[in-house]
Amino acid sequence: MAENLKLSPILVDQEPEETLSMDPKKFIMWLFIVSIIMLFASQTSAYLVRRAEGNWLEFSLPKIFYYSTAVLMLSSVSMHWALISAKKDNFNALKIAISVTFALGLSFLWMQFKGWGELVYEMRIFFVGNPASSFFYVFTGLHGFHLISGLCVLAVAFVSVFQMKIHAKSLRRIEICATYWHFLDILWIYLFAFLIYFR
Amino acid sequence: MSAVETILAPQVQAQEHEHEVLPFWRQYIFSEDHKIIAKQYMISGIFWAILGAGMSVLFRIQLGFPKASLGWLKPLLGGWITETNNLDPNFYLALVTMHGTIMVFFVLTAGLSGTFSNFLIPLQIGARDMASGFMNMLSFWFFFVSSVIMFYSIFISTGPAAGGWVIYPPLSALPQAHPGSELGMTLWLVSMTLFIISALLGGINYITTVINLRTRGMTFDRLPLTIWAFLITAILGLISFPVLLSAALLLIFDRHFGTSFYLSEIYIKGEALPNVGGSPILFQHLFWFLGHPEVYIVLLPALGITSEVIATNSRKPIFGYHAMIYSMIGIAFLAFIVWAHHMFVTGMNPFLGSVFMFLTLIIAIPSAVKAFNYITTLWRGNIVFTPAMLFSIGLVSLFVTGGLTGIILGNSALDIQLHDTYFVVAHFHIVMGAASAFGFFAGVYHWFPKMFGRMMNQTQGQIHFWLTFVGIYLIFFPMHYIGIAGFPRRYYQFTSFDFTKSSFADLNMFISIAAALTFAGQFIFLWNVFYSIFKGKKAPLNPWRSSTLEWTTPVNPGHGNWVGEIPAVYRWPYDYSKPGATEDFIPQNVPYSQTTESNFPHETALIAEEKNMLPYSPNDQFRTEAH
Repeated sequence: MAENLKLSPILVDQEPEETLSMDPKKFIMWLFIVSIIMLFASQTSAYLVRRAEGNWLEFSLPKIFYYSTAVLMLSSVSMHWALISAKKDNFNALKIAISVTFALGLSFLWMQFKGWGELVYEMRIFFVGNPASSFFYVFTGLHGFHLISGLCVLAVAFVSVFQMKIHAKSLRRIEICATYWHFLDILWIYLFAFLIYFR
Repeated sequence: MSAVETILAPQVQAQEHEHEVLPFWRQYIFSEDHKIIAKQYMISGIFWAILGAGMSVLFRIQLGFPKASLGWLKPLLGGWITETNNLDPNFYLALVTMHGTIMVFFVLTAGLSGTFSNFLIPLQIGARDMASGFMNMLSFWFFFVSSVIMFYSIFISTGPAAGGWVIYPPLSALPQAHPGSELGMTLWLVSMTLFIISALLGGINYITTVINLRTRGMTFDRLPLTIWAFLITAILGLISFPVLLSAALLLIFDRHFGTSFYLSEIYIKGEALPNVGGSPILFQHLFWFLGHPEVYIVLLPALGITSEVIATNSRKPIFGYHAMIYSMIGIAFLAFIVWAHHMFVTGMNPFLGSVFMFLTLIIAIPSAVKAFNYITTLWRGNIVFTPAMLFSIGLVSLFVTGGLTGIILGNSALDIQLHDTYFVVAHFHIVMGAASAFGFFAGVYHWFPKMFGRMMNQTQGQIHFWLTFVGIYLIFFPMHYIGIAGFPRRYYQFTSFDFTKSSFADLNMFISIAAALTFAGQFIFLWNVFYSIFKGKKAPLNPWRSSTLEWTTPVNPGHGNWVGEIPAVYRWPYDYSKPGATEDFIPQNVPYSQTTESNFPHETALIAEEKNMLPYSPNDQFRTEAH
């Protein structure tokens, strides 16, 4: 109820404010993202430090991780579609787009899980063993954990969409959701490229 | 003060913020009000401080009197006193570990930042509350659960974590390493994980509030230095705490899932462990990437509080306002690129050691800027020796004393001799422990009237200061000598050789007695706080004649802090003893148009712009809620 009125023209049309400020809730999301970036930055630097010491197991990633990456990128596209539809008050498209995003997110998680299975049962690469493989499971697991949190944020937006609470004048919820979702997508692309390059 | 009232009067008719009266448990327990949360942090911080300092007295008894019979402690410690009436060595290690953990994280991070960031940020920037009251509440209750778990770990039969507060593996990674590494270490990790979540939730809120919810006119160069310090502290925490989480996470995997991030080629009782390929140094890198910024997370809020208290009680503008800000930013930046100076003796490349030494020594520059600015602010001021002022001056003294030994320790060559001796212990206890504790005391004495609407007893405060100040130097000054002579830290006793018996015993005894007396002196403070909450003298509106915004609120500010509109800000927070002014301070909310007698030419030029000031704060949370 409060969100939509925050952006009402009464406040926006005022003289430019002398104190710099933006939407606090969105700002909180960005700071939250900074803390996640630091978490993964420390993980990947730990990986590099450990890798430089030698005794490192090299293995190629199962094909399914390439497919899951494509699925996650697609979900980012549909997320953007949802945001555009919301801005245009195109509710049918919005409902389809957000459902597609949610489904793609779930299938990404499922494919990651499948990928783990392939590593364990076919390639005999376990969590316990050489740190190279342990790090792989930690990276994918931590990202998966954050993706689940992203699905929770998405679920809130999803419910709001079907309750008709998201429209051109009430965008905060879906904008926050889109920011987080795109971030999780970029984070995975970073991790994936990192894992391939620094094998 | 009269000026304050005239400013507020015409605005009182502003919007009425309607809100239902909350039930007791929502108002005082699961409260979302920043002032209540600050008090919750303060009380829990004080609780932890008594416990942490009490532990230090226990292990000082062991260090000062290694041959004494400690049977009289049996009622307190039970099985931790052995049959020969000695302190159990494992419990000694646990005491040292818990003392460090409690003091660094639960007292000086949560207790100091949690109390004053929560209390002062909305009041000094002119906001109704934090950006997210819910997150703020969540932050405290995560901290509370983390506290309960850590507290519980003290009472389990194998004892709490005992591998040092830095929890280096393999000691912390192998449950069979020592009793403290069993359940105690597990609980430590769980507790600290929750603590990190709490610190992140709190810090994100502080940053968002400072940047987005300032009242009209409160530009960045009009922010009180306390707020700058809290902002920079929160940014440090936001960047460094996730790294500790990373380190702890990998440690949990090593402990409970059998991975080998930190473990390699270890034999226990002649049997090889399966872990191969890990690196214990990796943990140290990750840990100190948090660990070093943590030093400044602890110290910067204290420095911010000091800036405010010294300027107010010297009745002078702070010397070098911008230099203070830049030096804090400089310290914060350097904090992230010096971590390896804790690891000079890990066998790192000597060239790398030189690089880290160079970066470390650069910290002396912004630190010296701050120390000189405090001294020059005091210079020729009309000093009012309130307890808060005494503690702030004490902080400057400790900051200089402890900082000088930092220059010695920062040298990689000297550190080889001094590493892990009592010289290091003396250094960081003065510059980080005692200095930050002095900041906490100064803050409590100074803002107590705003927190509880009552005054603390000044005489008791002054006695408390002198006991503490003299006590701190009596404890830690001799410690430097013990350290230079080679007494290693964390040793249960060091009396096996003749030379150690004769050279360390009497100084250690002296330190232990000083520590016990200083600890006893803190009960004056405790009495003063809890007596004054209920029975203290009623506080006036602005007891220290201070110019910042928190003193424009009612004596007991309610929900939303200000009645009516939030005041606008027209000037910086340090207009003390301005030439020509009728009073020796001008509050931040007094426009230049009302002080034509004291304006500088560039300020007179600003009068024209004052008419363009909005009639309300655009960031007022009540306004946006009410529409």
